[in-house]
Amino acid sequence: MVKATGRAGKHGGNLPPLHLHVPEPPYRPGDAVDYSHLVIPPAGAQPRPDESCAASETHPLCLDLIRVLDEDHCAVGPWDPRLDPETLRRLLRMMALTRAFDERMFRGQRQGKTSFYMKCTGEEAISVAAAFAHADGDMVFPSYRQQGILIARNYPLVDMINQIYSNRADRLKGRQLPIMYSARDYGFFTISGNLATQYPQAVGWAMASAIKGDIRIASGWVGEGSSSEGDFHAALTFAAVYNAPVVLNVVNNQYAISSHSGFAGAERTTFAARAIGYGIAGLRVDGNDALAVFAATQWAANRARSGLGPTLIEHFTFRAEAHSTSDDPSAYRSSHEREEWPLGDPVARLERHLIALGEWSAEQHEAMDQEVDAEVRSATKEAEKNGILGQGLHHPFHTMFEDVYEELPWHLEEQAEQAIRERRIRWPQWGEGRDE
Amino acid sequence: MSAEEGPVSLNDAPTRSLTMIEAINEALGIMLERDNDVVIFGEDVGYFGGVFRATAGLQAKFGKTRVFDTPINECGIIGVAVGMGAYGLRPVPEIQFADYIYPGFDQLVSEAARLRYRSAGEFIAPITVRAPFGGGIFGGQTHSQSPEAIFTHVAGLKTVIPSTPHDAKGLLIAAIEDNDPVIFLEPKRIYNGPFDGYYDRPARPWSAHPDSAVPEGYYAIPLGKARIVREGEALTVLAYGTMVHVAEAVLAEKGVDAEIIDLRTLVPLDIETVEKSVQKTGKCLIIHEATRTSGFGGELSALVQERCFYHLEAPIERVTGFDTPYPHSLEWAYFPGPVRIGEAVDRLLAAG
Repeated sequence: MVKATGRAGKHGGNLPPLHLHVPEPPYRPGDAVDYSHLVIPPAGAQPRPDESCAASETHPLCLDLIRVLDEDHCAVGPWDPRLDPETLRRLLRMMALTRAFDERMFRGQRQGKTSFYMKCTGEEAISVAAAFAHADGDMVFPSYRQQGILIARNYPLVDMINQIYSNRADRLKGRQLPIMYSARDYGFFTISGNLATQYPQAVGWAMASAIKGDIRIASGWVGEGSSSEGDFHAALTFAAVYNAPVVLNVVNNQYAISSHSGFAGAERTTFAARAIGYGIAGLRVDGNDALAVFAATQWAANRARSGLGPTLIEHFTFRAEAHSTSDDPSAYRSSHEREEWPLGDPVARLERHLIALGEWSAEQHEAMDQEVDAEVRSATKEAEKNGILGQGLHHPFHTMFEDVYEELPWHLEEQAEQAIRERRIRWPQWGEGRDE
Repeated sequence: MSAEEGPVSLNDAPTRSLTMIEAINEALGIMLERDNDVVIFGEDVGYFGGVFRATAGLQAKFGKTRVFDTPINECGIIGVAVGMGAYGLRPVPEIQFADYIYPGFDQLVSEAARLRYRSAGEFIAPITVRAPFGGGIFGGQTHSQSPEAIFTHVAGLKTVIPSTPHDAKGLLIAAIEDNDPVIFLEPKRIYNGPFDGYYDRPARPWSAHPDSAVPEGYYAIPLGKARIVREGEALTVLAYGTMVHVAEAVLAEKGVDAEIIDLRTLVPLDIETVEKSVQKTGKCLIIHEATRTSGFGGELSALVQERCFYHLEAPIERVTGFDTPYPHSLEWAYFPGPVRIGEAVDRLLAAG
């Protein structure tokens, strides 16, 4: 091995040997947590440019943080969307329902009713408020933590749970990992599980809408971790080149499983700042502030619908719980991070705002929590009638071979015969016919 | 025109002699005309009309939002095609060379191929990805590859390869109308004329070939149906694309009464035609230009063995490209030409 002796010869000088920088998160298990280095500007201090402004006018906002709810729980500044109390209460209820749903499904997974689940705790404001700001016909290309959008669009909870249980009523025929929903009628694209592939697809859908002279726009979603994927940059390039009517969201919840956002480039700049390089509009938003998320999404949606092109929105938030039921964050991060997170809890912040307005009370909130919990329980019971994972109430064997192609080719027909023959030998108790 | 697979419509349409590239251009124009949801895009396909001229004149006729250029980003080209398909369009993206398709591979394999399945039919990807492939044009290792086997390994994709102007038009129309994603690989060595495998002989134009007679107007050739190029008794040749013509020339030169089958669609494969032929001749020669190991010839060989074993009178022969990158200066040493095919034919004829 050659010993590093410093640089001699024509490159000259006494330069130290090169050193690879590997990002390190600020805190590891057991560490005390101090977020005082995070720049959290006061609510209401961020200018709101006109929706038809030049993209470059938004670029200072890519390095700022749009906030509406202040320390006194009041909505302040130019980004205040001035939602009426009834809308605020619906927003709060959908966020609470999303949280209650997550709690129940998480417990169901621990009880062995399904193989897998992913909560969005701490991120409810982002998907729910974004859904409120979009038109119903707008097409969402979600990642895996946007269940709040489906819930806010009133997709039946029973259908979500049937999918999670992979049971015989699962509209996706038990083919997908739990939570990988698809709901065309609710403008919710089939979730892939491969990361960021949906981003160029969202742009393609938006381009198609523009080609057809439609009025609907698309909404694409990734986490900060998968903004590293080539697909993310393909999407931004195409969105910029064709001025596609799309809102591109990056949910920066600080973690990609165990990898801190530093591994996606967060040590250098913000994720919203990616917009600057592509010359498109960009906004950076307090993701735990439902009103800021609503206002930013509405701004971007209006802009896209007016033919003024794409906007990249970074939702700055914190993944309060594990990546999934298969993950244990105590193995890689400090448990104090959640407690110390300076942007608070999105549900509590909206609740306090409504109370400050005199439009809500602790009693009403408690009653609402009980109602949404009862709603989830009842949907769960209903879904369990259709079976839980691994209890035989699955779809017929032949469905395994359907939908690979529009029509069954000869080789799949032969393989289906094999599968059904095996079924009769391996599980004779199911009888002839029923499961074919 | 093949005997059994006439045009679906316009049986009596007048024909003209077209090159394969002209036939492809005509198919694209017809589909743009017939279906407002068809859109065509790719690198240099718009104003310029494509580096091989496949889309020449189409933007001028159908406008910039139906036929347009794209950034140099195959992941984006196929990714936006998937989104457009989800919207309800029928995208026909071009990948300039099949060798460039790999950045878009995830969007094909994990997305386009599985949308219908994973969404239980809610979303489909009615996309036709056109890409010139194959060597023999001094394209070096990044303009000569034959990656068809990779796509045949993916559940949910269809892989189609024409070998004549007549078939190129009818198969491309069928591919565009198909509701599943289709990889349409165009043998670029024969875009402008058939090829007998002798690089040092004068090039022949398509106009001298009977299958350059292309009917006017719309016709579709169903996917999944092979074409019997020549009936024969001595042995069965399974080939596609450029190699159909090379096989024809070599076997004619050797005076062998071979049955030559142009597969046309690799997936779904016309297994019936293959079986019937091998059961008749008892001998099977598989020819492709792609590399040998895990090539589509391996799959064909296994299928023939499984289904025709008791009819076989000789080991199945595979003639393929070598397992190396496609070389530039030694292109004709690499190409599975007359010598390699001739040797395999001799071994088959000597057996049994």
